Amino acid sequence: MLLEMTAGAFPDREVLSHDDTRLSAAELFAAAGAAAAELRASGATRAAFLDISSPALPVALFASAWAGVPFVPLNYRLTGAELDRLIEQITPCHLVTDPARAAELGTREGVTATSSADYLARARGGAAPDPSWGMDPEEIAVLLFTSGTTGPPKAAVLRHKHLVSYILGSIEFAAAPEGAAALSCVPPYHIAGVASIASSLYSGRRIVQLPNFDAEGWIDLVVREGVSHAFVVPTMLVRIVEALEARGDVELPSLQAISYGGGKMPLPVIERAMKLFPEHTAFTNAYGLTETSSTLTVLGPDDHRSAAASGESEVRRRLASVGRCLPGVEIEIRDEDGKTLAAGQRGEICVRGEQVSGEYLGQGSRVGSDGFFPTRDAGWLDDEGYLFLEGRADDVIVRGGENMSPGEIEDVLVQHPAVADCAVVGVPDEQWGEAVAAAIVCKSGAAVEAGELRDFVKSQLRSSRAPQHIVFRDELPYNETGKLLRRIVREDLAEATS
Amino acid sequence: MLRIKPGNRVQSAVCATELMVVQAPDADLDLRCGGAPMQEIGADRPADAAVDPSLKAGSQIGKRYVDADGTLELLCTKPGEGTLAVGDAALQLKEAKPLPASD
Repeated sequence: MLLEMTAGAFPDREVLSHDDTRLSAAELFAAAGAAAAELRASGATRAAFLDISSPALPVALFASAWAGVPFVPLNYRLTGAELDRLIEQITPCHLVTDPARAAELGTREGVTATSSADYLARARGGAAPDPSWGMDPEEIAVLLFTSGTTGPPKAAVLRHKHLVSYILGSIEFAAAPEGAAALSCVPPYHIAGVASIASSLYSGRRIVQLPNFDAEGWIDLVVREGVSHAFVVPTMLVRIVEALEARGDVELPSLQAISYGGGKMPLPVIERAMKLFPEHTAFTNAYGLTETSSTLTVLGPDDHRSAAASGESEVRRRLASVGRCLPGVEIEIRDEDGKTLAAGQRGEICVRGEQVSGEYLGQGSRVGSDGFFPTRDAGWLDDEGYLFLEGRADDVIVRGGENMSPGEIEDVLVQHPAVADCAVVGVPDEQWGEAVAAAIVCKSGAAVEAGELRDFVKSQLRSSRAPQHIVFRDELPYNETGKLLRRIVREDLAEATS
Repeated sequence: MLRIKPGNRVQSAVCATELMVVQAPDADLDLRCGGAPMQEIGADRPADAAVDPSLKAGSQIGKRYVDADGTLELLCTKPGEGTLAVGDAALQLKEAKPLPASD
């Protein structure tokens, strides 16, 4: 539907670039139609995609919507056993994947496998069927296995009504000028990877794909393709900033906007980035979940500028917030008993809106009778509705009956000049139930004593927040989309401190 | 008269306009375009179809049109020249607030 509108409005506009492969809106529409016919003929009830980004990805996404078969992007970094468990849940499926896996998995019962390259070639060569479609808003559009930082992956259910509400609520059709291009370097199995395809096409921006992120490749592609918009996760921005600082003389005249999200952005990184990027590059921070069809809140370019320029600490700290709700989204902060908390108080972030699904395959909906979905993320709102994240609600450290959020302590530690990165977790403690423990990564060439870091925390927070245990590590465990794997840090530190 | 639900598509009987239903009241609607009742998508247009010359406000692709009490919202998926209306009451263009790209 979204693609048909784009193809109808400007059929000849180039909407996808991947190395030398370029597709116009009309070509993408025709390919999706031919692929939809193949998908219907396969008899599959799920359209799985297990590969890095390529032009086959948007073709497969729109073909699945056209054919009325849920789209299921799978994480190509999972092990064979992990993938087997996911694939079992989605047969009979049509699977687009790399050639090796196509050969291996194609022999399984209930799996029709094809390589991305063959799939794309057939779709581009095939006859476009009659462009008739009916969309049932209640049908499942996408099944997305969540990253599972706290447990085994669950499949979040996004119905057409959720995704369409998100797109219509946040994007103006065809608002992008000719020549606008969005660099997509988020993997297909991440909600931002899926949502950005729909939002770029709907707004009329060309999608420029970078399947395997590295900072140098990203910078080169921005220059070569005249990229105007890019979404990155915090770890990517850290590397881009470092690479730009190392190169010194790179100019990025086309780059109008960088949006970031998917994990906590350390304040020093965004401050450095705002100084380093040209003045015409606007920054937007977005917070959202798979279960909420991507973005819920936005800290826009004006928020960034006014916060960075402000002398008032209340305004300045908003640079570390994720901004305010999109229209059509409501947020409440609630305590453990479900009571709504006032501004400034920490609790669980609960959200309501038509784009919010909150449903998991086989497990039903977690949305309450009042329409609010408890995100399990912890945070607080300031007086003007800016949302500050404090990590997962489950990450709260309970020390002697006192609840504390790791994020608050990490925010202080990372400001120490010797600290490059850090993670704070609770570890078992006989006296307190839990004790505060910190894993510290020092900047290269820098060193600091544990005692100095404790004093540094005490100088800004209550003394109970000062980490009882401090260990130094070369790096912290992140998943590939920039989420800290806190469970692994917790296991590491529990062992190191026992 | 048409009974429409979110996700349904309708077309003008007299011009190229196509709409998708975003929101609709649970009732029969006298939805019109260019003065003539609208049809389900794919229906044959009458041979003598013509837009009423006094009802040529037109529709723009990607824009949303709403009724006065906000119970009906339609997305234009193909533009045309006829005025969109329920009965004699023309639908209004819903203004969108520009937002920064977030993904």
